[in-house]
Amino acid sequence: MEKEILEHGLHFNRRRFLSTMSLGLGSVALGSLMVPHLLSGGDNDGTGFLPGIPHFAPKAKRVIYLFQNGAPSQLETFDYKPRLREMMGQELPPSVRGVQRLTGMTANQAAFPLAGSFTNFKQYGQSGAWISDLLPYTSKIADDLCIIRSMYTEAINHDPALTFFQTGSQQGNRPSMGAWLSYGLGNENKNLPDFTVLLSRGIGNGQGVYSKLWSNGFLDSVHQGVQFSKGEDPVLYIRDPEGMDRQARREMLDNLSELNELSYNEFGDPEITAKVKQYEMAYRMQTAIPEVMDLSKESDDIVKLYGPECLVPGTFAANCLLARKLSENGVRFVQLYHQGWDQHGNLPFEITSQAKDVDQASAALVTDLKQRGLLDETLVIWGGEFGRTSYSQGKLTIDNYGRDHHPRCFSIWMAGGGIKPGMVYGETDELGYNIQRNPVHVHDFQATVLHQLGLNHEKLIFKHLGRRYRLTDISGKVVRDIIA
Amino acid sequence: MKQIAYFFATIIVCLSSCNKNTTTQEQIPDEVSYNFDIRPILSDKCSACHGPDANKREAGLRLDDPESAFKALKEHPAAHALVAGKPQQSEVFLRITTSDTSKLMPPPTSNLKLTSHEIDLIEKWIKQGAKYEKHWAFVSPKKTALPKVKDKSWPRNEIDYFILSKQEQRGFEPNQEADKERLLKRLSLDLNGLPPTLEMMNSFLADKNTNAYEKTVDKLLQNPAYGEKMAVYWLDLARYADSHGYQDDGYRTQWPWRDWVIHALNKNMPYDQFVTWQLAGDLLPNPNDNSATAKEQLLATGFNRNHKITEEGGVIPEEYRISYVTDRNDLFGKAFLGVTLECAHCHDHKYDPFSQKEYYQLFAFFNNVKEVGIESVIGGPETYAKKPLMTISKEDIKSLLTFINNPDTNHLIVSVMGDLDSVRTTHILKRGAYDAPGDVVQPNTPNSILPFNNKYPKNRLGLSKWLFDKQNPLTARVFVNQVWQEFFGKGIVKTSGDFGMQGELPSHPQLLDWLATDFMEHGWNIKRLVKQIVSSATYRQSAIVTPEKLAADPENIFLARSSRYRINAEFVRDAVLASSGLLVKAIGGPSVKPYQPAGLWEGATSGRGLLSMYTQDHGASLYRRGMYTLIKRTVPPPTMSIFDASNRDLCEVKRLKTNTPLQALVMMNDPAVLEASRVLAAKLLEENSPTKDKIIKAFRLIVSRKPTEKEVLILTNYYEKERKKISETSAKKLLTVGEYPIPATINKPMLAALMRVVNTIYNLEETITKS
Repeated sequence: MEKEILEHGLHFNRRRFLSTMSLGLGSVALGSLMVPHLLSGGDNDGTGFLPGIPHFAPKAKRVIYLFQNGAPSQLETFDYKPRLREMMGQELPPSVRGVQRLTGMTANQAAFPLAGSFTNFKQYGQSGAWISDLLPYTSKIADDLCIIRSMYTEAINHDPALTFFQTGSQQGNRPSMGAWLSYGLGNENKNLPDFTVLLSRGIGNGQGVYSKLWSNGFLDSVHQGVQFSKGEDPVLYIRDPEGMDRQARREMLDNLSELNELSYNEFGDPEITAKVKQYEMAYRMQTAIPEVMDLSKESDDIVKLYGPECLVPGTFAANCLLARKLSENGVRFVQLYHQGWDQHGNLPFEITSQAKDVDQASAALVTDLKQRGLLDETLVIWGGEFGRTSYSQGKLTIDNYGRDHHPRCFSIWMAGGGIKPGMVYGETDELGYNIQRNPVHVHDFQATVLHQLGLNHEKLIFKHLGRRYRLTDISGKVVRDIIA
Repeated sequence: MKQIAYFFATIIVCLSSCNKNTTTQEQIPDEVSYNFDIRPILSDKCSACHGPDANKREAGLRLDDPESAFKALKEHPAAHALVAGKPQQSEVFLRITTSDTSKLMPPPTSNLKLTSHEIDLIEKWIKQGAKYEKHWAFVSPKKTALPKVKDKSWPRNEIDYFILSKQEQRGFEPNQEADKERLLKRLSLDLNGLPPTLEMMNSFLADKNTNAYEKTVDKLLQNPAYGEKMAVYWLDLARYADSHGYQDDGYRTQWPWRDWVIHALNKNMPYDQFVTWQLAGDLLPNPNDNSATAKEQLLATGFNRNHKITEEGGVIPEEYRISYVTDRNDLFGKAFLGVTLECAHCHDHKYDPFSQKEYYQLFAFFNNVKEVGIESVIGGPETYAKKPLMTISKEDIKSLLTFINNPDTNHLIVSVMGDLDSVRTTHILKRGAYDAPGDVVQPNTPNSILPFNNKYPKNRLGLSKWLFDKQNPLTARVFVNQVWQEFFGKGIVKTSGDFGMQGELPSHPQLLDWLATDFMEHGWNIKRLVKQIVSSATYRQSAIVTPEKLAADPENIFLARSSRYRINAEFVRDAVLASSGLLVKAIGGPSVKPYQPAGLWEGATSGRGLLSMYTQDHGASLYRRGMYTLIKRTVPPPTMSIFDASNRDLCEVKRLKTNTPLQALVMMNDPAVLEASRVLAAKLLEENSPTKDKIIKAFRLIVSRKPTEKEVLILTNYYEKERKKISETSAKKLLTVGEYPIPATINKPMLAALMRVVNTIYNLEETITKS
């Protein structure tokens, strides 16, 4: 990269132009380094400054979020409920069900027969965490994980629930978590976006993902998640046209810059110099991104660790490996989505395949970060948007059943980034229907993630149309119990 | 470290257009104004606990209401929050200046703090008698006399008096008029969303008559492209899209409504009628339901059915039905009244005088639609509109709704408005939750804006009458401000969606009021307003900015120069297509699917419905204006999003204007831009002219002005270099982009070299900038 710039050198005029621009910018850049929001149009106390960021010493520098889109069943993964098997086919007691609302898919069901998990669970690691047989690789890193079995949310359908997790509001049009971090913390790498998004899907019943999940909302669009795709263009429009080599692009940019300079001389508008800089950044991204995306140089050990699928672009395994590389290169927030976890029916078959898709690579990512000494500063999160019912949706047979959406409890795990390893937090009742101990609301979870990055969720605010917005809206408490 | 600094420098510059004006020295005015100096402080720093929200009020004290503020304090009857003329006896002053943190206001836990400047202002205001005023935006606008100006030769119309007088107070001088080429480009972009053609440029440059400019304005206002240009902003406001949104995000056929908007704007339908038809067209009395007018009025109401509608199986219908009504209500507040009503959805508004009860009273107007939360899950053509809907037949289009551009469908359905025969009871919803109904309310409007006239029917038609009541303090102001924003990049009230206590104050309050009243007096005539704006000397100034002006007024609040900014996403595309000659000028019709990177829809879809796979169009559909690109809400067209277009999820009245590396990548590598470069280069190459002339012509077509000698030199040198360097093989590769054919006999390396030059011109900052 640096070599390339040296090779081509800088055209005299462009160099002169860039250096004139930097004269005017030097002091601004320095100030903004201390307080990244100086000119961001955000909130200030009349002084032009947000309270200094980070608000306190951060534990984590980066986040990798392995979002399991569609809501994996906690009852087949991390929340072991032997009692459900014993009560197989019996009616969910009304006292347990309470007055909670149900989705339109099961609200009119005549019966709510409890469905025990088809899969077995065992205890792993020093923490003795119960993990299902569907997740053999994850089981092996039990002592690196903090499993939260007492998550709950307010939404009962996918779209609002996903949006709630990612933006703190069910309605959308607000910045997503990655955008907030980009806004709050900026970037460590000038050649890569702050916030990247990677998509993959399994064979299970799928639910779409949507760009509002990685939206910048009302923040500047530099904070928007940049979707990396498996195709020839990992980032939209990054590839120069066929028949144009790097030198030809460099020459084009040199001429362009010279012409823009003439325009700047006439108008004096700083936006023109800004534009020139954006073109230079684009030029650098064109080299940096394909370099990061190139998995061909990964060692055999790494391929073995993530599994052979990691060399197939667009798979969850490939995305995990890519996530590590992006994160390692300073991308603040890497968001993965793996679709296909919506098991309303045919759960045993579908979830087995879904689990197989993600198990090895999720565990590999944690292990890989650890062996590189990066796990301490990287927070890895695994989980979906809500949980699933302990009763069967549709017909319950000895080897087949489905589970409906269940916002009242579900499980996720976190690893690294200053979260206590080898811990199981929270508890649900014996039927896996209600939380019994240490409930964690989505806003609590978000507050905790921000906290690990050195941000006070009540202070990371942006004023828009007269209101101060934050990721956690108006609630949220940091879950201190799980912080190392 | 150096790298980080460089990176920040990059983002800082791109944000510089929105930074706060920090350079002006803040001085305490001789006469402290409640509306301009004090209310913003009280609203922002105190109202959350001492404001209109009764449920969150601390110590029973309200500071936005003089009656409460001057009363003896509930908790300390001996003390008063405010004592006129006596700061030292006013608890407000004592508590904001105390060093005792347990008493300090605002409390440190709130993360809010008053600056010393704010404290000084409050002290002086109390000294001067602590006089309250009604919030400016809730008082009807009055037309004031034109302010006096020293330079009487500058103003061209009334607008200029207001602008110049403020400038003179501050010691600014307006810029000279922009050169003719710049002026024409600006005008053409602003009125038609397209760069001027060569013929337009030649004839305008040649026309030395004093009315040359005015003639051009009139011509552009008559061009049907005017309706398209103005419609884009309206489509954002009306959250128009071609899909239902939510989970599966199926296709919808709402585009005939969009065609109607273009038609109505071109016809110059008065604003009051334009909006009344959209809000209540179904309720307007009509002797014959099958008349053209009745059908048009019904189609116009598609406006309030443009919101997202779920097709996700298993949702609770009432939850979604309520969300649709909420969407309409919030839009009504933001788009027409410029207030953030949505804050009162869950509780009394914390800053503005709207109670939660009033929110649901207004909600009642929109709560009687014959609709359900979920009508169908994703499916075939019968799901492309949801009841209530209208069916448009081929005959309708042939004889009645002739503005609909419908090439091939037999049978069109469009979601429109229609009320139940009975009245659906409206409840206050506690915490905004659909399943927590509280007291029953009747339709009514927020009292602090304007009491509802009981002569009006208590339905959407009555609501429209209330909206266009000449006493309504907001309607005209909000609209003229939105139009102003379209031409100057920002409104006279910068927060065009918030005229409330937390909104920005108008930079030129008298001008805003003058424009609003003048607009009403002249029959809500939109084209007239537009013409007024573009005819002003203010608008016609050059955009050149000296370092002094930039330092003194970085945000260009005082308009001593023309605003200079990047054009909207749709118009970036239009400029590329128009200048290359590729643009297909058809108006309206079903939205189209031009080039899009592979896999975007497929990667994010649930796999169901017509829009799960992107099947790119061919032929003419590749070259339609940007506003006709199909908007699938969950995966909006990428080049549009990259240039800050709305995702059309909710009503939007102001777009961000950013400058990012991704935008650079689009201009360099988007096949649409490369194809245009290739096609224009081929056309020029076929012409019998020297290279220099070809480059000059390309430059004129794309940048809308003649290049300077220096510019020509750089570009011709670049061309010569490339021509020598590009091999036959790489030329062939370069020329494969896009489906538009090129003559087989053309010299490929020459074409490839010229294409590069043309593409470079497309990438100039000036090309997609209004300057």
